[in-house]
Amino acid sequence: MSQVLDATPQPAPRTAPPTAQPAEDAAALAARYGLTVSGARPSLSAYVRQLWARRHFIAAFATAKLTAQYSQAKLGQLWQVMTPLLNAAVYYFIFGVLMNTKHGVPDYVPFLVTGVFVFTFTQSSVMTGTRAISGSLGLVRALHFPRAALPISYCLQQLQQLLFSMCALVVILLVFGVPPTLSWVLVIPVLLLQFTFNTGLALIMARMGSKTPDIAQLMPFVLRTWMYVSGVMWSIDHVLSRTNLPDAVRVVLEANPAAIYIDLMRFALIDSFHASQLPDHVWAWALGWALLAGVGGFIYFWQAEEQYGRG
Amino acid sequence: MAETPDTAPDTPRDTTGAAGTSATAGADPGESPVPTVVVDRVDVVYRVNGVSGGRGTATAALSRILRPGRAAKAAGVRTVHAVRGVSFTAYKGEAIGLIGTNGSGKSTLLKAVAGLLPVENGRIYTHGQPSLLGVNAALMNDLTGERNIHLGGLAMGMSREEVRERYEEIVDFSGINEKGDFITLPMRTYSSGMAARLRFSIAAAKDHDVLLIDEALATGDRSFQKRSEARIRELRKHAGTVFLVSHNNKSIRDTCDRVLWLERGQLRMDGPTEEVLEEYEAFTGGSSGTGGKKPSAKKPSGKKAASAKPKIPLPS
Repeated sequence: MSQVLDATPQPAPRTAPPTAQPAEDAAALAARYGLTVSGARPSLSAYVRQLWARRHFIAAFATAKLTAQYSQAKLGQLWQVMTPLLNAAVYYFIFGVLMNTKHGVPDYVPFLVTGVFVFTFTQSSVMTGTRAISGSLGLVRALHFPRAALPISYCLQQLQQLLFSMCALVVILLVFGVPPTLSWVLVIPVLLLQFTFNTGLALIMARMGSKTPDIAQLMPFVLRTWMYVSGVMWSIDHVLSRTNLPDAVRVVLEANPAAIYIDLMRFALIDSFHASQLPDHVWAWALGWALLAGVGGFIYFWQAEEQYGRG
Repeated sequence: MAETPDTAPDTPRDTTGAAGTSATAGADPGESPVPTVVVDRVDVVYRVNGVSGGRGTATAALSRILRPGRAAKAAGVRTVHAVRGVSFTAYKGEAIGLIGTNGSGKSTLLKAVAGLLPVENGRIYTHGQPSLLGVNAALMNDLTGERNIHLGGLAMGMSREEVRERYEEIVDFSGINEKGDFITLPMRTYSSGMAARLRFSIAAAKDHDVLLIDEALATGDRSFQKRSEARIRELRKHAGTVFLVSHNNKSIRDTCDRVLWLERGQLRMDGPTEEVLEEYEAFTGGSSGTGGKKPSAKKPSGKKAASAKPKIPLPS
C-alpha cells in the first residue's frame, strides 16, 4: 500500500512523457464511462429541456418572492394593491393637477394609470432582471439549475404583481365611468406579448449585470428616460398630430416597444381610446418586439451559462 | 477498448491509489470500479484586481476603464495559483476526504469539481452534475424554512411529489423543529448552526451522483453530525461519490476510506485514510483527534508561498 504515497507534487516536471500520456487517457476514460466536462454549457435544446423540467421551481420561486416582499410590513399583502394605487395617485397629482397635461386627452386618469401600470411592469422586470444573478449568488453557487430560471422567475413575479395592479385598475376604470366592453379580452394577448418582451430584456440585463454590477446603478436613469419618452403621461398620437416632428423621431416614438404595449393596453381597456390613435401595424410591432427580445435574450443569456456565479 | 480494471488508463500513482482504495471501499466487489470524477492535471488560478494600486480612488477606477491593458498592470492584477497540477480519479461508492492546512486549495478544488470555478489548465470530467455543499451556501433568507425546502428541492430537479414525500424526512433530519416550530419562520431568524443544518438536510435529500461537502458538518452539534455521517454512508451505498473537506480528522476517519492531502495547491498524498492521516498528523504537529491546527510550520500566506518546497522528507 505504500506505493500509494508517491503521489508527491515533485515528479510532475521530471517525468514529462508519462504525464503527456494520461492526458488523452483521462479523456478516453471519461468518454468510456460517459463522464462530461464539469461546468460545461449544455446545448441550446438540452438547456430548454432542463429549463422546462424546472418550471415548477420557476413558478414556486416567483410566488415565494412575491409573498416575501411585504412580509416585514405591518399591512402585509395589502401593499400589493396599495403600491400601484399610490404610484398612480402621485403621477395624477403631478401631471394631472399641477401641470395640467390632461388637456385634450379624454379619460385622463384611466389613460395615465394604465400607462403607469404597464410601464412599471417593464421597468421592474428590467430592474429585478439586472440583479437576478448578482443578487442570488448564494443560490447560484449552492445549487445547480439552469440559471435562466432566475430572471424568468423574477419576471413572472412582476407579472403576478401586475395582475394585482390590474385589479386596482379595473376599480379605477369603473369609478371613472369607463364601461366594460368585449375588447377587455385583448388584455390577455397584450400581457403575454409584453411578458415575453420583458423576459427577454431581463435575460439580457441579467447577463450584463452579472458581469458589470455597475449597470444596476445606471438603470434607474435609463428607465426613467425611457418612461418619459414612452407616452406614459402624454399622448404620443396627440403630440405627433399637433407638432411637425421629423420622420425619424416619429418612427422612433411610434416603434418604441413600451409605447406600443401601453397603447395596446389603453386600446383594449378605454373605450375613448380609438384604433385610429394606434400606430400602423401595431400588432405586428408588438409581436416582433416580443419575439426579438424573447428569443434573442434567451440565446444571449445561454451563451454565458457556464460563467454565472463564478469568481 | 480495454475492459479489465488493471489496464485502466491512468497515471501509475492513480491506478495504484484506485486499486487500493476500491478494495477497501468494497462497493462493487468483483466489478471494475466505475469512475465518477476524473481530474486531469488541473490548475486553478485566481486573479485579484488592484491589490497594489489605488483601487479605492475614482481616478484609478477611471483609468482602469479607459486603458484596460496598461491600467491592469499598474493596478497590479495579482494571480494566485491556488491549485497546481492535481490529478486523481474517484470511483463509485468512494468517500474521499480532503485534508490540508488552511489555504492549501481544498475548497478551491471542490468548487472546480462542482463546475463553479473555471480551470486554467487541465480538465475535470464528472458523472452527472456534482453538488457542492458549503458553509456559506445561502438559500433564501427572507423565506421560511418550509419554503426553502420546497424551493431547494425543486431547484435540484425533484418533482413536486418527491418534495412533498421527503418534506417530513428533511425536517426531521435537520432537527430544526426540535426546539419548537422553527420551520415556519424565515431563515434569517435561524442561528448559523440551524441554517447550515437545514441546508445540508435539503441537499442530502436527493441522491446525488457526486456530493461535495465543504466543512458543512462542522457547524452542527454532535447528534446532527452522527446523523449526517450516517446519511453520507447511505449516499455511498446508492453508488454515489462523496467528497468531504474537514479539519476534523475524526470525522474524516469515521466517514472516508480514501484521503487526498493537498498542500500549497499540490497533491501531496493520495491513499487510504489511515496512512495519509498518520503522515498528516505528523506534519501538523502530531495531535490526533482534532487536527487542522498547525503550530510549527506556519506560513505567512499559503497561496503566495506555493512555490516553496515542502519541508519534510517526502515518502516514496
